[in-house]
Amino acid sequence: MFDDIQHRLSDALGRFKVRGKLTEANMQEGLRAVRTALLEADVNYEVVQRFMKRVTEKAAGQALIKSVRPDQQIVKIVHDELIELMGEGDPHIRFEKAGPTVIMLCGLQGSGKTTTCGKLARRMLGLGRKPLMVAADLQRPAAIEQLKVLGQQLDIPVHAEDPEGTDPVEVCRRGVSQAEKLGRDTVILDTAGRLHVDDELMDQLKKIEKKVRPHQVYFVCDALTGQDAVASAGAFNAALELDGVIMTKLDGDARGGAALSVRQVTGVPIKFVGMGEKLERLDPFDPQRIVGQMLGMGDIVGLVEAAKDAVDEEEARRQQERMAKGKFDLDDFRKQIVTMKKMGSVKDLMGKIPGMNQMGSMLEGVDADAEVKRIQGIIDSMTPEERRDPHKIDISRRRRIAAGAGVEPQDVSGLVKQFDAMAAMVKSMSQMSMMDRVRMLSGLGKAGAFNPGALLKTPKQGTGKRLTPKERERQKRLREKEARRIQKEMREKRKGGPNP
Amino acid sequence: MAFKDLLDRFKHGLAKTARLFDVRSWFGRKVDQDFLDELEAKLIRADVGVKATQILIDRVREAYADKTADEDLLAFLKAEMKALLQDPQAGALAKAPTNPTVILIAGVNGSGKTTSIAKLAQRLKDQGNSILLGACDTFRAAAADQLAIWAERSGADMVRGNAGADPASVAHDACDRALARKVDYLIVDTAGRLHTQTHLMRELEKVRGIISRKIEGAPHESLLVLDATNGQNAIQQARIFSKSIACSGVILTKLDGTAKGGVVVAVRQQTDLPVKFVGVGEGIDDLQPFDPDAFVESLFS
Repeated sequence: MFDDIQHRLSDALGRFKVRGKLTEANMQEGLRAVRTALLEADVNYEVVQRFMKRVTEKAAGQALIKSVRPDQQIVKIVHDELIELMGEGDPHIRFEKAGPTVIMLCGLQGSGKTTTCGKLARRMLGLGRKPLMVAADLQRPAAIEQLKVLGQQLDIPVHAEDPEGTDPVEVCRRGVSQAEKLGRDTVILDTAGRLHVDDELMDQLKKIEKKVRPHQVYFVCDALTGQDAVASAGAFNAALELDGVIMTKLDGDARGGAALSVRQVTGVPIKFVGMGEKLERLDPFDPQRIVGQMLGMGDIVGLVEAAKDAVDEEEARRQQERMAKGKFDLDDFRKQIVTMKKMGSVKDLMGKIPGMNQMGSMLEGVDADAEVKRIQGIIDSMTPEERRDPHKIDISRRRRIAAGAGVEPQDVSGLVKQFDAMAAMVKSMSQMSMMDRVRMLSGLGKAGAFNPGALLKTPKQGTGKRLTPKERERQKRLREKEARRIQKEMREKRKGGPNP
Repeated sequence: MAFKDLLDRFKHGLAKTARLFDVRSWFGRKVDQDFLDELEAKLIRADVGVKATQILIDRVREAYADKTADEDLLAFLKAEMKALLQDPQAGALAKAPTNPTVILIAGVNGSGKTTSIAKLAQRLKDQGNSILLGACDTFRAAAADQLAIWAERSGADMVRGNAGADPASVAHDACDRALARKVDYLIVDTAGRLHTQTHLMRELEKVRGIISRKIEGAPHESLLVLDATNGQNAIQQARIFSKSIACSGVILTKLDGTAKGGVVVAVRQQTDLPVKFVGVGEGIDDLQPFDPDAFVESLFS
């Protein structure tokens, strides 16, 4: 996500670097590029004007031109200002103590309300709530059907009525009493999409709010929206007093513009972001993460979070031990592929590793996910014995596996070779500290290990300088210190950070 | 349809945009940097985009540097925009020499594909054509149902597959039925997809591939549905969808909202894709051929 704005911003920020020294003139030029980048990303015009004024003031005030690395300082200023602009992330939902908590979703047509309704309900399940969805969109043909299907998929009851001869207010009211009867503690109202110029439909929403008294009203906002985002969010806020915003379609390229602007202009916090078509892809909004990503700093937090959801800890520990013993086989590899697939697409994951962003462009044209699927297909076609010991695979076995997986025989040998190289790497990695692993990963990227289209090259490398025991001792101390520092940071982050 | 009627619809839809371009206040002002900055702000707020705006501003600057803004400047600006948007083919759809003519519809989620198809089907039906709809959106819950409701309203026939079926297989069946019945138009609906999802874009290519294999020269039109509320991302959508299904035109939807619709200018300027139709209302007959004159006039009136 944000690929486009990220690309443009880093391009603009890059301008500060090319010239050896920063002058008033080329700073202006660079800032102008930042401005264009923001406008092209659909950040609201007024917001951009204000933002640029602040950045310029700050930049001038910091005797920037004399500093050693002015480019970095500007990046920092832009970074801090963007975070300020995004506002605090606040993924908490306040639940009522007595009776069901009623959450109302509203938004323009096609912003993704119904899908978000399903995603939100799924999130509620995860929080131990018992949600019920109400199909109050009587406008769009088949919206009710869509919600019913989502309800079935999630095993969540849906209150729906025949759209003939009823009105949304009544549907919502009966939905809430239905929830009370069924003992559901959270009600999500999926209202009809509307263009806010339509007073009649807007009045209907107000009526629902007045009669049903939802505890929370969330505005579902399409991240692709242009300059109009602010106007529509403003209109809904004026009519309904929004409690939060849910941004959808953030998995597309760019258009962080809407996200940046809506918060700034309405003051309503962004609660969640929709990151994909699957129902589990509703993430808490975290400005730090998003800004970091915009500026190409990676998103380790997101990676860890995705991993937490997907990885079975017991299994992970078992694999870790096997790796350490050098007993990593194709079965383990397959399990890792399955886990990885749960975490998201390859491109998604790579974007989250700091310094791996550029790799994304290397993958242009290569469908990494299809490649992963193909590899899994090959392994699936092997017998358990072959998976344990791939060297058993002779010509006839190879042919059988290839036929089973629908690939060419040389693809099978390619995989085995690649696996050999990887097993060796995994073994050495399992004996490293965390820091070394990250470092090695970046090196690997350069060696093409993450370019699944190519076979893994095993570049010749020096065996490195031999260290004296004293030096080894010192490095170990440094490593431990680094590890302690990271742990401390993570502890603090956990303490201070949002609590999804 | 009378030109006047069309103009009114546009005006109604673009009332908010027109307010942004409060042109009266320009007259008598000097064309200096302040004036140009203000003009830039106005165009950008209407989603015209930085590049297209820059081009328009540069033209104005060249022609009117240090002169006074007047009616001529307005006429000049209008003419520039009209020239950019001009397309002799607007509203006209390619017709195959032998039936069926296949129209493939694609776009991002929530852009209004299904509704546009319903409107398009109605329009073609009114012109006396027989229509078959292919519901290739097998992903979104109840998408086919939505199309079925519209199909029933406009009296069109429809081919659908099971939920989760390969959309290409539905396209295949739809082509078979269209050939067997010799319908005039086969309109193929596809699932909304963000253009960044490469696997889904490939799925779309496959649908197109199947169609062109089944029926020679098909699809005769591949239309991209763009949401007028979208900002500059619309350009990217146009580029990438064009790459995968060789788009022949754009249907611009939701122009009746507060959206400024200026993104059309940017799309035309940067991708060369002509706008064929615009959706200007929720009624089934609210799909109009795109008329740059009316569009630009109502933008400034």
